[in-house]
Amino acid sequence: MMNSTAAAFVLAAILPATAFAECVEVTQGNVTVSAAWSRATIGTERPAVFYVTVRNDGSEERLMGIETPVADVPMLHETVVENGAARMSYVEQIVIAPIDAVSLEPGGYHGMLMDLQTELVEGTTFPVTLLFEKSGPVTIDTAVLPLRAREAACEEAL
Amino acid sequence: MLKNIRIALWVAVAVSLVGVSVLLWRADRQERAAAFKPEFSLPDEAGTLHTAEDFRGKHVLVFFGFTNCPDICPTTMAEVAQVMDDLGPEAAEVQPVFISVDPARDRESGLGKYLSAFHPSILGLAGDEAATQAAVGSFKVFSERHEDASAPGGYTMSHSSSLYLLGPRGDWLRQFEYGTPADDITADLKERL
Ligand SMILES: [Cu+2]
Repeated sequence: MMNSTAAAFVLAAILPATAFAECVEVTQGNVTVSAAWSRATIGTERPAVFYVTVRNDGSEERLMGIETPVADVPMLHETVVENGAARMSYVEQIVIAPIDAVSLEPGGYHGMLMDLQTELVEGTTFPVTLLFEKSGPVTIDTAVLPLRAREAACEEAL
Repeated sequence: MLKNIRIALWVAVAVSLVGVSVLLWRADRQERAAAFKPEFSLPDEAGTLHTAEDFRGKHVLVFFGFTNCPDICPTTMAEVAQVMDDLGPEAAEVQPVFISVDPARDRESGLGKYLSAFHPSILGLAGDEAATQAAVGSFKVFSERHEDASAPGGYTMSHSSSLYLLGPRGDWLRQFEYGTPADDITADLKERL
């Protein structure tokens, strides 16, 4: 009895923190794209970032590139930390194994949005189209989170 | 038989004593090797010079980065901002410092405004090439420019990605690898403050 009461209190304390809205999710062919987010920018001088989760329910799939009206030069990048030094470089494609998921997230793969056409304002969204080898183009609304955000503000459909 | 066991036990004791003293000696050596004082003398956006000496009495969290990096640098600054919030009143005893490894570009693009969007306490420093290299060398860290057609402006920087902690006397205390959760950094700092 005491235990379940205690558990209920713990739950009550934890729930508000985890009660994220469900992520916008777009399914096409075998891929489901969700948890698309970016950080607010100050002006348009610096590149913005794009993070997303891709689930693949079919055979091997490849993300070949991204497109968005907010940036003239959007590109797939990867940050690699080697011997304590970080560097990011262009990646031609991201392979998603059969029945697997890949997240573009801080410290790893990311969309690099260069030559921004517009400032990204917290609380707004913008479309990003992911170009898949087999499933074709998939467009998702991307949430602009505060500059301080460290992860998506929603529960992804992994 | 008993005698053999007793000898074996004494040998074991001797071996472990030697082992322990070797470990202690090594730990001591590491501690002393670690006790060095990284230096920097770099201007903020307004041109005011800041040196490591200025922060005597405070713990200093130093990060080397550049603001055209949209991934690892903002993620680390977000962690630092969280740490500063979570420290509460003790935050007054900690100074976060961002040293630009791409100072020419960062001076022009409003380093101060950028960093204060993460947390008003973060001090951004961007010097000339020589002063920046001196700071990088003094911290025994790494930064290097790479020409890269796929990067904004045609180049990108690789740079050490850890956060470095200096003690109140300016001595090197430790580093936090990239990805160390804010909670762990806060807990470490709270123990020292
Ligand atoms: Cu990048």
